[in-house]
Amino acid sequence: MKAISKSFHGIHANQDINLFVESGEILGLLGENGAGKTTLMNILYGLYQPDSGQIKINDKTIRINNPIESINHGIGMVHQHFMLVQNHSVIENIALGYKDTPFFFPKIKIKDKVEQFSRQFDFHIDITKKIWQLSAGEQQRVEIIKALLNGADLLILDEPTSVLTPLEIKELIYILREMKAKGHMIIFISHKLDEIMDICDRVLVLQKGRIVGAADTKDTDKKSLARMMVGRDVVFNINREKLTKGKKTLSVENINVIGDKGLLAVKNISFELFKNEIFGIAGVSGNGQRELAEAITGIRPILSGKVKMNGQDITNKGPRHIYDNGVSHVPEERIRFGIAPGLFLYDNAILKQHHLKKFSQRYFLKYDQVKNHTKTIVKEFKVSTHSINNQIRNLSGGNIQKLILGREISEQPQLLVASHPTYGLDVGATEFLRKHLLEIRKQGSAVLLFSEDLEEIFELCDRIAVIFNGEIMAVLDSDDKRFSDIGLMMAGSIRIDPMEKQEC
Amino acid sequence: MLKIKTTDRYDITPLRSFMTNILSLLAALVVISIIFLIAGVNPLFAISEIFSGSFGTFYGIKETITKAIPLILIGTGLTLAFRAKFWNIGAEGQMLMGAIFATWTGLNFGGALPSYIIVPLIFLAGFIGGGLWGIIPAILKIKYSINEVISTLMLNYICAEFLMMLIVGPWKGKTRFGFPGTDNLPDSAILGLIPGSRIHYATLILAIICAIVLSVIIYKTRFGYEVRVVGENPDAGRYAGINFLKTSLILMAISGGLAGFAGVGELAGIHHYLGYPASISSGYGFTAIIVAWLAKLNPLYAVFSGIFFAGILVGGDAIQISLGLPAATVQIVNGTLLIFLIMGDYFLNHKITLKFSNK
Amino acid sequence: MEDIIISTLQRAMVAGTPLLLATTGEVICERSGILNLGVEGVMSMGAVVAFIVTMTTGQPWLGVLAALASGMMFSIIHAFASVTLQANQVVSGLAMTMLGLGLSGMLGKPYVGKPLLIKMEDWVIPYLSDIPYLGKILFSQGPFFYIAIFLALAAWFLLERTRLGIQIRSTGENPKATETQGVNVFKLKYLSVIIGGGFSALAGAHLSISYSKSWIEGMTAGRGWIAIALTIFALWNPARAIWAAFLFGGIFVVQYLLQPLGISPNFLAMLPYIATLLILLLISLKDPKKLNAPAMLGEPYKRSER
Repeated sequence: MKAISKSFHGIHANQDINLFVESGEILGLLGENGAGKTTLMNILYGLYQPDSGQIKINDKTIRINNPIESINHGIGMVHQHFMLVQNHSVIENIALGYKDTPFFFPKIKIKDKVEQFSRQFDFHIDITKKIWQLSAGEQQRVEIIKALLNGADLLILDEPTSVLTPLEIKELIYILREMKAKGHMIIFISHKLDEIMDICDRVLVLQKGRIVGAADTKDTDKKSLARMMVGRDVVFNINREKLTKGKKTLSVENINVIGDKGLLAVKNISFELFKNEIFGIAGVSGNGQRELAEAITGIRPILSGKVKMNGQDITNKGPRHIYDNGVSHVPEERIRFGIAPGLFLYDNAILKQHHLKKFSQRYFLKYDQVKNHTKTIVKEFKVSTHSINNQIRNLSGGNIQKLILGREISEQPQLLVASHPTYGLDVGATEFLRKHLLEIRKQGSAVLLFSEDLEEIFELCDRIAVIFNGEIMAVLDSDDKRFSDIGLMMAGSIRIDPMEKQEC
Repeated sequence: MLKIKTTDRYDITPLRSFMTNILSLLAALVVISIIFLIAGVNPLFAISEIFSGSFGTFYGIKETITKAIPLILIGTGLTLAFRAKFWNIGAEGQMLMGAIFATWTGLNFGGALPSYIIVPLIFLAGFIGGGLWGIIPAILKIKYSINEVISTLMLNYICAEFLMMLIVGPWKGKTRFGFPGTDNLPDSAILGLIPGSRIHYATLILAIICAIVLSVIIYKTRFGYEVRVVGENPDAGRYAGINFLKTSLILMAISGGLAGFAGVGELAGIHHYLGYPASISSGYGFTAIIVAWLAKLNPLYAVFSGIFFAGILVGGDAIQISLGLPAATVQIVNGTLLIFLIMGDYFLNHKITLKFSNK
Repeated sequence: MEDIIISTLQRAMVAGTPLLLATTGEVICERSGILNLGVEGVMSMGAVVAFIVTMTTGQPWLGVLAALASGMMFSIIHAFASVTLQANQVVSGLAMTMLGLGLSGMLGKPYVGKPLLIKMEDWVIPYLSDIPYLGKILFSQGPFFYIAIFLALAAWFLLERTRLGIQIRSTGENPKATETQGVNVFKLKYLSVIIGGGFSALAGAHLSISYSKSWIEGMTAGRGWIAIALTIFALWNPARAIWAAFLFGGIFVVQYLLQPLGISPNFLAMLPYIATLLILLLISLKDPKKLNAPAMLGEPYKRSER
């Protein structure tokens, strides 16, 4: 790829990027969220058209107008969010993308071929199962089979490890090495330094849409890569003061919750949370975190068990009642739950608060107060917008997130349930937010923090629970030495007896 | 080659929105003209006839206002329902149910009560009737997730048959010479008209008050806020702890109730007795859908779009007589207008540029 | 008594035929993620076109083809609005209903009340029609009956056993993923809407040239809406639509059967509509997750560049 540029709404997502891959090579593409890695790869895959620049394969300049052409040129892509039809079976998903699928009886006719491929690479997948019945690792393998069946020489993997357990990551690495040995080219996109160092032969570092560094992995180290990636020496160094925890705020007692698929997603979970404490729930996403958060905040019904806030039963009391008991919520799917896109910023700033005395008087809303409140949030959380009389759909994802965070945090909740609060934020905003979380902790809030980012968890949390497959594998103080095995806990291989935890 | 490029537009001003509507209407007019042409009618003549028939004469204006009354009432009610993305297609049935309730009240109590009591009473009865018929689909939707488009439509058919059952059966009037229909309402329950017209002014005033009240409800109250949130994003509504059942019940009670008002107006202002369903409402419930849409779901604008569509109805009647076109002509006009209005939204929300490229 | 039962069932099959055609069409359409509420209007168009062409040419099959073509062409409007312009599918469907009823009323005005003298011969299947009871009910019906069942089975085969079917269903479930697999989802949505429209028009043709052999305004009498409800009842499966449609055909016929018993005809006329609500109520008692509704039904798909 030569001199590729692409911009959205006048913002450069990619600028003047040059990139090449050789066969039998794994190229790492390193950069923070929003550095332009995915955009670049979507251009290569034909989903976007570059504003300028060229793409060459074997020295021949080509134009990739759509994914079909890309597939025909031997390019395959595994997207970060899998492009799979959840309600269809594995074989139907493969038949959808495979270019030699026959018109009649596609499922029966390609079965042999698929099974042969999956044996060749040691995939163990039941092809009659529906996608939603598979684990993330298995789904990813389906994606890889799809690409390989179409004869992909170049495989692009976009953040492939973000949804995997450590064990699954090992399996993935094994598969990638196999492919490399067979002469495939692989572009491996990640923001995790360890993986890049571990897997890749060569690495390119992207920052704000430009390439800021390139190196062979054997000639470099993590520290210098990190410097290139962020553009400065940042080690998040947030000082978490020791605080003695206050009285009990939240107690969750043996709750069971049904997930979207009708199966038990949260199994018999119990824990307690105190004032002045940040309690982290670590784990690979999709292990019941979302369901747990939604159950506590009242969006999702609890099958059995109890949730108490300050001793008061709030089980299944409904989101408004629970909010009134001091529970704020930054939901995982922010765009889905957090906003009403066509309404103004100030309408959105009181989504959960509009019934409070402060903003409404009997039947009427006090729009003056609402607007003042919105202005405060916009200012304090640096939401960039030209006006609060702006439909929130016009804002970027990061700014929407800041508004939601502001809305949920600025009121100093007794308990904040926050799911991946820094996901998708830039470095500055992340730092600000983390400091803010510690600040409300200091002032007496309890925070229940769900995160996949272990660095974040260890930095902020006083105690950490590890969740796997809807169960808590361990609850430990964050400085507990046994956390050296957290990877195994996240994969469900180690469980620390709850009785032991009491003593810590 | 000519390439069409579309990008999202983020600067939607009220003026642009208004102009898009006007352009959509003009585009629809072109298509309607073509249909007229194919039907063998000079479109310029037909269209000028429609507007002169409705707004061109004093008689036309009076008739237009008469027909605008139910359209404004139902249309404002629909703006509220549609804001919550509750697709109430059942205004027709709710209107009839309002008329049925009002008839019962009028026939049973009207004789003994003076006008200033019985008239508010039949309007109240109409509101209750329409409202009750309106909350059935709300319950069905929230409690049993039954699509409201289907349920409200089915309830239209059911209500029309129910009304027929009443007027050929137990409610059949002695003065109807065996034809279906109830006896006339007592004089005290009959609405006054503006002299020389069929405009029952009490309902007209009520319609305008309703439009004002509804716009306050939508834009200023907590309930209105909740309706807008639910309509924009039901998941956000759930997250915000909005009670869907309560919200839907209230909004459908209002939406159905206003349709019920319209039914009372037609009954007590125009017909004076309960007759065939098609005579009480000649498709007002459906026309009002476009009234609400053209008004951009703003109740105050619905007053004007209601008058506009009443004009088309009156003008449509006029060309039926003068050009021998079928009654369905109005439906063609309405359908075309509606489809162009929603298509216009795309051009409002997107910027479209044509680009010449060599490739 | 036996005769009454047989003739009732026979008529139930006839009454169920248009419902089956329209439901099958709507299933295909909704499987691609597009909700088409314009069935009633398209059906009405099909009815009037079939009637006019048959009447003027004397060729019922020409009438059927003309209806099919008109339904397909008419549906392009809905496809354009809801696919290309990403308009609200509910409102677009309503507009289609108004437009269809209006246009058919205008086109058909000269033909109102004129009887159609041309008859489509029943297809009596040799041997099978001699089976006691079943032979009369199932194997000596008008051609539309067989066409409807054939098309429903063909639709099932298309959706479940062909590559195109997988693509259509994937489009309704997850258009974005489908598109990244190199499938043109816009084309597929257009195709599905147009096929669906053609089927609805066939249903109308059956009503005017086979069932009642006449044309009057409003003769579709809400059957289009019932077909939309049956689509849900059939769980978006054309094979299930077969028995769902004939069950409803039975409800239409039962009206006439009960009339002599002194029940108000107006009450009986309500039955199909009440039954529709009851059946939807029944379905809702099932676990909604198992309803099998296309995940992105009614959601406009926008090819996104962020």
